[in-house]
Amino acid sequence: MKISKQLIKKHGLKLEEFEHIKKLLNRDPNILELGIFSAMWNEHCSYKSSKIHLKKLPTKGKQVIQGPGENAGVIDIGDDDAIVFKIESHNHPSYIEPYQGAATGVGGILRDVFTMGARPIALLNSIHFGAPEHSKTKSLLNGVVSGIGGYGNCIGIPTVAGETKFNKTYNENILVNAMAVGHANKDKIFYSKAKGLNKSVVYVGSKTGRDGIHGASMASAEFDENSEEKKPTVQVGDPFTEKLLMEACLELMKDNSIISIQDMGAAGLTSSSVEMAYKGGLGIELELSKVPCREENMTPYEMMLSESQERMLIILEDGKEKDAKKIFDKWDLDFVVIGKTTNTNNLTLKFNDKIEGEIPIEALSSKAPIYDRKWIKKKPQKKEINLKNLKKIKFEDALIKIISSPNNSNKSWITDQYDQSVMCDTAQKSGSDAAVIRIHNRDKAIAVSVDSSANYCNSHPVTGGKQIVCENWRNLIAVGAKPLAITNCLNFGNPENKEIMGEFAECLEGIKEACEFLNYPVVSGNVSFYNGTNKKNIFPTPVIGGVGLIKKLSKPINHIFKKDNSKLILIGKTFGHLEQSCFLNENYSINEGLPPEINLLNEKNNGETLLRLINKNLILSSHDISDGGLITALAEMCMSSNYGAKILKPKKLTNMFKYFFGEDQARYVVEIEDNNLPKVEKILRENDVYYENIGFTQNKYLEIEGELKISTKDLFKINNQWYNNY
Amino acid sequence: MRSSIIVFPGSNCDRDIKVALEKMQFKNQMVWHKETKLPKSDLIVIPGGFSYGDYLRSGAIAGKSLIIDEVVKAANSGCLILGICNGFQILTETGLLKGTLLRNKDLKFINKDIHIKVLNNNTKFTNKYKKKQILKINIAHNEGNFFTDPVHIEKLKKEDLIAFKYCDENGNIDKNSNPNGSLDNIAGIFNEKKNILGMMPHPERMIDEMISNTDGVNLFSSLLN
Repeated sequence: MKISKQLIKKHGLKLEEFEHIKKLLNRDPNILELGIFSAMWNEHCSYKSSKIHLKKLPTKGKQVIQGPGENAGVIDIGDDDAIVFKIESHNHPSYIEPYQGAATGVGGILRDVFTMGARPIALLNSIHFGAPEHSKTKSLLNGVVSGIGGYGNCIGIPTVAGETKFNKTYNENILVNAMAVGHANKDKIFYSKAKGLNKSVVYVGSKTGRDGIHGASMASAEFDENSEEKKPTVQVGDPFTEKLLMEACLELMKDNSIISIQDMGAAGLTSSSVEMAYKGGLGIELELSKVPCREENMTPYEMMLSESQERMLIILEDGKEKDAKKIFDKWDLDFVVIGKTTNTNNLTLKFNDKIEGEIPIEALSSKAPIYDRKWIKKKPQKKEINLKNLKKIKFEDALIKIISSPNNSNKSWITDQYDQSVMCDTAQKSGSDAAVIRIHNRDKAIAVSVDSSANYCNSHPVTGGKQIVCENWRNLIAVGAKPLAITNCLNFGNPENKEIMGEFAECLEGIKEACEFLNYPVVSGNVSFYNGTNKKNIFPTPVIGGVGLIKKLSKPINHIFKKDNSKLILIGKTFGHLEQSCFLNENYSINEGLPPEINLLNEKNNGETLLRLINKNLILSSHDISDGGLITALAEMCMSSNYGAKILKPKKLTNMFKYFFGEDQARYVVEIEDNNLPKVEKILRENDVYYENIGFTQNKYLEIEGELKISTKDLFKINNQWYNNY
Repeated sequence: MRSSIIVFPGSNCDRDIKVALEKMQFKNQMVWHKETKLPKSDLIVIPGGFSYGDYLRSGAIAGKSLIIDEVVKAANSGCLILGICNGFQILTETGLLKGTLLRNKDLKFINKDIHIKVLNNNTKFTNKYKKKQILKINIAHNEGNFFTDPVHIEKLKKEDLIAFKYCDENGNIDKNSNPNGSLDNIAGIFNEKKNILGMMPHPERMIDEMISNTDGVNLFSSLLN
């Protein structure tokens, strides 16, 4: 077949990239080879636009066993225990087919984790939808939530935390990011690097079908009015088969049969085989007639580009085939030797012994294009909002507006659809600042949280980038965990646009700065560009997934008020920053001005001091202050308990709205037993932490002297309406 | 006491129930569904999960697997059988328990802590509970909506074969405290001889104060009594 310009374009390649391919091959590629280049060189697989920026992120630390570049990141949590985790996007498929898109997003990230020898112990997600009133939002929300639940519930991994946000910027391009966390023995981590010549390359798992062909290429282009036609590129998930595959792989990993293992994710058989060979400095030869196929007459092209789910590629030690096959037979899964490692440094594809394609591995990996794309700094929108110029509203109404809004309403409509309790180690379910998962058969636990702030990132990408790292760090601190490391999912618009590329570079700059300061390295992640339709790009939406350690789990700390008449302390300084706040957004639809500033020094000091207080058992409950400010945080603490709070009028009050709705950073509300107050204050003072005694807990009412009195029952009711009426 | 847990492809609460049984000092064995012989057991547990991915109909394929003949034989000779969640669904598919479990009334998967009331505490499974005791317990299912014919429901009532009913925290059994649409709020039933219990809620999830509560413990200690 002649390779026409149209065909090149259809494969998502630029003409100059095609010329580059010809140079690398010293000839024209055939159609199979073109398909393979398109699968490996697309943005999703090659990171060609992001690579040079990603390199700047801090990825090292005492706690890091494996940083970015593997299927998932690995950190040390003491003894023999390691935690393996990663977040990944499945935005494009989920917009086209929400149930399957979200489900396979979960399936894919789970494979990344158990491929490394870890048993998955928790799932998280960050999902962003368009405006609730947009015609597609309701069905997308329904589809995505049931897809996430459908996969996680069936495979039996608890879905323990997440965030759900609505913003019209996602009207035509929703975000579905899934994170998986697994537990492994430190000395039993499996990697994708191939070793040794003439080793068997084994295909295990589901059969290959025609689904998902060019899925990764689809995820590397903007949507247009014909996006619906891309439905066939969405994969179909089968959590039941994945459960079998997971158990079979974990069983095989108990002995020393596996040299390397790689899941077939984006770009399926192509990327898994190239990845393993490239890392091992080897070649790989596949006999495609042996690939187990679901459909008849599949061509090598289709087999290499299929993104059928629940498949793995394994390189086995000599003589281990028989025993390994027995395990996969037990689980009724295919197990076929389809190739071997070679010393040619080529990817060699045969069909019935005839060579159908041959490409140097390097051409698909290290010699793939890398772009230093043009980018420009964002002009900060330096606008201050003067409350005096705005229509007067009642304090209580402003609070009600916030807690009844789609973004701040109780999300049990969603979380009740996820099995959060299976595996019996979920000590803190979703709804608090972070979820807490006990390590099976141990005293210790991990805390996990995912966070994003698209409005902040859109207004000022550097500050936004810093803020999401801090917010995530704070959420782990608030449940008494020492934050260890993060994974990030970087959702942005079209990188060929210099403004978008600027948002990317600047957000990363912020993430880098915060991660470095907090010793909170990035150990895995994923970049998703081209989020937008017809030239309308989404707000920059990097998502941070963090993991922290609780060395000895007693009852986990959460944000639920524990008793009547205990003291409330506000940790951190309040300036009353309202620009980009929930208050202005929900009450006045104002999205102007800069986000609150980040002071990393205070962030670290406040957080570490609070952690000390928690470890000394001096804290009854604690809550991070974020969207909606102090009063929203207090309302949340009331609604989740049977108690209210009485807040004294602040002494240095400038403005009630600024004080209570301001979104200044590095702040927490904590509940303290009355007789512990002197001890707590002493520790706060000794560590130079700014704090205020703001009041005490009481029965039934959330009250601010002379300003607000609302029953916790009413708060609960208001907070629980939106989803049920949507 | 010796227990056996039957493991099907897709079972996912098998480890959880194993942990619970071993914590309660049962001598437990895991039995793969392709086995044709059961180890000597005083109790057989069919765990929760998605056996065969719930394909065809939840519990339908597992209900036809090799080991099931042995389970039926053991049941008929008086061995205690406990089916939880998917295990309950499988028991109804095998005919060991009558009735069926339909899709939840609002057609959504439900996972939350709810309350159930102990209706009959005069059985091998429930003797450590007080009559009318209210338990806080976790449910997690798509198909937990119990349904059966009028003759069977009469029999269940008359012969005291209803183990648990959904209720609220004060014990009220009504429409509001019915999470999935089950007939008469039924959450668990016995067979005629009361050696088989099928229930949708997960007692194995309620054995640890650190994680949830200990309202499930007495079900296991009843069995040891």
